Amino acid sequence: MSASRTPRTHQLVSQRAAAIPPSGIRKFFDLIAATEGVISLGVGEPDFVTPWHIREAAIYATERGHTHYTSNYGLLELRREVARHLEQRYGLRYDPATEVLITTGVSEGFDLAVRALIDPGDEVLCPEPWYVAYFPCVHLAGGAFVPVPTNMEEGFRVQPEAVQARITERSRLLILNYPNNPTGAVMDRETMGRVAEVAIDNGLTVLSDEIYDRLVYGVEHVCVPTLPGMRERSVLLGGFSKAYAMTGWRIGYAAGPAPVIEAMMKVHQYVMLSAPTIAQEAALEALRRGEAAVQEMLEAYDQRRRLTLSGLRSLGLACAEPQGAFYVFLSIAGSGLSSQTFAEQLLREEKVAVVPGSAFGASGEGFVRCCYAVSAQEIEEALERMGRFLARHRQ
Amino acid sequence: MEDIFRILEKDARTPPERIAQMTGRSVEEVRATIKKAEEDRIILGYRAKVNWDKVAQGRILALIEVRVTPQREVGFDAVAARIARYPEVHSLYLISGDYDLAVQVEGDSIYEISDFVSNKLAIIDAVQGTVTHFLLKRFKEDGFIIQGEDGSSKRLPIAP
Repeated sequence: MSASRTPRTHQLVSQRAAAIPPSGIRKFFDLIAATEGVISLGVGEPDFVTPWHIREAAIYATERGHTHYTSNYGLLELRREVARHLEQRYGLRYDPATEVLITTGVSEGFDLAVRALIDPGDEVLCPEPWYVAYFPCVHLAGGAFVPVPTNMEEGFRVQPEAVQARITERSRLLILNYPNNPTGAVMDRETMGRVAEVAIDNGLTVLSDEIYDRLVYGVEHVCVPTLPGMRERSVLLGGFSKAYAMTGWRIGYAAGPAPVIEAMMKVHQYVMLSAPTIAQEAALEALRRGEAAVQEMLEAYDQRRRLTLSGLRSLGLACAEPQGAFYVFLSIAGSGLSSQTFAEQLLREEKVAVVPGSAFGASGEGFVRCCYAVSAQEIEEALERMGRFLARHRQ
Repeated sequence: MEDIFRILEKDARTPPERIAQMTGRSVEEVRATIKKAEEDRIILGYRAKVNWDKVAQGRILALIEVRVTPQREVGFDAVAARIARYPEVHSLYLISGDYDLAVQVEGDSIYEISDFVSNKLAIIDAVQGTVTHFLLKRFKEDGFIIQGEDGSSKRLPIAP
């Protein structure tokens, strides 16, 4: 006879993974897939296909057999080109050998930076609304996420006083993301300078996600490490996805002080080894010969931005004028609906997809994110449908 | 001004109201600019780009190299102007290299084109000789890809 067995409860998923909140946008996938004739302003990437000369460079690299790993840091040639690019654009000097790391998109770069910069229990301040990956990455690294709310009246620009007010003993890192996803906000140099002073006064490191740096419209992009005292305390994340329409290639870079880049590389070498070689070759071509394509796409985005804003104004809808990225963060206060309900009903009733603002943190409630990287015809049609929807739901 | 032309060059049907919104100008300004550009022959015309390969009877296109004796005072201009007047001539360029004029001719059949070359083009006094190339297949025309994938977007409908 065998002794009675009482198996231990089987826990398949870690508590840490289970604690990641479900994505606020995932359920829309199924809903959109089941609906015909949807105009989606819920996209988060350019509608342009990667310029042909960049695709061709990747094909050529494949033909020549460039199919092996690269250095953990990335191709030196590409790191040199990134360093040259940052010097030409922003007057920043980084040593390509020790201060630049090629990452698998800014997504990976962000995760690496957080893991390299914080210890469990450290507090990470982040302007809210925030890009959806920030909170989970900080959570996975054991950090405490401290949102710094921003609002439409201040154009969703983070205010130095608001950062200062949330500083504690455990404050360690400040995340910045301008031009901003989801709000399209761009920081002016004066305000950004004062935010930088708060970081310096409180011994914070700054992690600046500048993936949208090239997409600004008639204003200056303030590159964080160019501010006084910031180069030595900040990690700059940049990439190719938005400016060169290369989202699917998964390629980006980090630049910062050598010790941080080395720490990031240590994590990177074990989780990624090296960024995709073919994508690195494509990125090299983008930096060398992609500027004309960037300018052409930039003009198209700006035209659609104006078209969207003028359409929204005629519908009587409020938003802070977005000066960067390709999003409008639209107030839906007049509808009396939550952003989630608004987005669901708009999709069901008028077949227009937008992203509920609540997906980007509590300060996003009362807003929806509309992406204008779609054709002018689609923008006009979507606005017309939204106009009908609002006429029915306006309180 | 150039931004207006670039928008129209991509889609000539873009209404002035939309162009005004896209460029931050007034509708009146856009209309006036377009009108002036039409008068000044900056905008030469508006037409549909038809893919005749998809219509029952396709069209025949030929590229003709023409060697010409330039004439005193007018060089190539007089003979070029003469050739350009034929409605069969689709486009006409003076080029550098082995020959002088590149003539693109369109017709409904090979016979129509050979008739044009032998009875109209070759007999012009200044024309020394012609070489006719018939087009076998169109891959790209005026920026439109005719054969193969057009590279249209395959994005996820919703993404962070």
